[in-house]
Amino acid sequence: MSLWEYANPRKFMALSGKLLPWTAVGAALLCCVGLIWGFFFTPDDFRMGSTVKIIYIHVPSAMMAINVWVMMLVTSLIWLIRRHHVSALAAKAAAPIGMVMTLVALATGAIWGNPMWGTYWAWDPRLTSFLILFLFYLGYMALWEAVEDKDTAADLTSVMCLVGSVFALLSRYATRFWNQGLHQGTSVPVATGERTVDDVFFIPLAISMVGFAVLFVALVLLRTRTEVRARRLAVLNARERMSA
Amino acid sequence: MIDLGKYAADVVLAYCISLGLILGLIGLSIYRAKRMKADLAAAEARIEARQNNGT
Amino acid sequence: MKALLLRDLRLAIRAGGGFGLGLAFFLILATLIPFGVGPQPDVLASIAPGVLWVGALLSCLLSLERIFALDFEDGALDLMASSPLPLEGIVAVKSLAHWLTTGLPLVVAAPLLGLMLNLPSQSYGWLLMSLLIGTPALSVIGAFGAAITVGLKRGGLLISLLVLPLYVPTLIFGADVVRRAGQGLDASVPAFMLAGLTLGAVAIMPFASAAALRAGLKGS
Repeated sequence: MSLWEYANPRKFMALSGKLLPWTAVGAALLCCVGLIWGFFFTPDDFRMGSTVKIIYIHVPSAMMAINVWVMMLVTSLIWLIRRHHVSALAAKAAAPIGMVMTLVALATGAIWGNPMWGTYWAWDPRLTSFLILFLFYLGYMALWEAVEDKDTAADLTSVMCLVGSVFALLSRYATRFWNQGLHQGTSVPVATGERTVDDVFFIPLAISMVGFAVLFVALVLLRTRTEVRARRLAVLNARERMSA
Repeated sequence: MIDLGKYAADVVLAYCISLGLILGLIGLSIYRAKRMKADLAAAEARIEARQNNGT
Repeated sequence: MKALLLRDLRLAIRAGGGFGLGLAFFLILATLIPFGVGPQPDVLASIAPGVLWVGALLSCLLSLERIFALDFEDGALDLMASSPLPLEGIVAVKSLAHWLTTGLPLVVAAPLLGLMLNLPSQSYGWLLMSLLIGTPALSVIGAFGAAITVGLKRGGLLISLLVLPLYVPTLIFGADVVRRAGQGLDASVPAFMLAGLTLGAVAIMPFASAAALRAGLKGS
């Protein structure tokens, strides 16, 4: 029994069909608890007032925006090395989710930035690298749409994802070099285990972060299932045309 | 209802836009999944019917 | 390989595509900017580094598609791919040809346009140098974009969407060199970063481009 068994589309469909309801319910539950707790039952920050409530969307979506790209990078590598179709389709399915998460992070950040920094947009390194990440998502998705042959599309987008990852990292450090930012440091530094947010804010934040992650899993399963079905439909249609 | 102070509009706007976007994505995904499932089922039924006729 | 380089150079000059067009575009861009922002010398001086670098970037973009598209259409690319030369080498040579016909003329023309844009006098040396060490990166990264979109129907539009984000680090460091030089600061740090970026891109991108070309040729 190995993980690679689920690269078989049939096995993947069976497993993901079983997992999907659980993850969907889990995501709904966690997101509702985290966001409602955050929105209604947390105190205002003494400096930022009620705008601090935006954090319960802003931080999870920003986290997912990056993690989705990492997931796409891993699945692209798996496709390039082991040629498992499900892996390439999962990368394709994940891209729009990552794009929406990036958009949400940018939008909430802009709305939060206006009362706090006095401007919706500043050319701050973090904001700028997110904008660039958004462009990478756009290009990646456009490339999937543009290539007609599906395996070629998977190959090209995988290579694009690899190169894009390198350049996204480079852009991140280049923008930091380019302009000192307004944006505060991370609120939840994983590496050091410390945190700069009080428990009152942190617990609902943690819940909604987990909620967003589970939501992503549910969505990616759902969308990958759609892609697998679409591929099967295309094969059936092609076979029918051939025999007719 | 809780008091959001002078930033109420900003906070509510942020939540509305974000939830709108995310719910839109979820809705679109579910819609596409449903449609694809139906399309595939129809195609499979069609092929099965033809095979039965042929034999 | 030398024969391929000479052939590409000859084609680029004779067809009149990349060679004159990129330069003319660069000139037009530098002419339009003052119309857009107004003729005040100090405003122009402060934006000149950015305008020159963005101009170089965009005029580079114009001729990218031609790196592989023409050879793809007449089948020459398939021949090259099956020749004993490694595809990575072919990509590298074609990038070099692109740089010689697009990047190098831009470098030569840039000081002239800097004059038009009232670039501070102490920046000229750094402008030349930053373009000289930065534009090779534009060509190899661009060749990757061209390799990915080769054979696609709407490749021309897609290439700009794919390539321009990849140009961001080069642009940041390149323009920063010129800006710092204009302000009388030490510009060597971004210049070294730019050089590192170019060397890294030259070393890695041909492999990525060759991988993309192989996938593209196999699929079509």
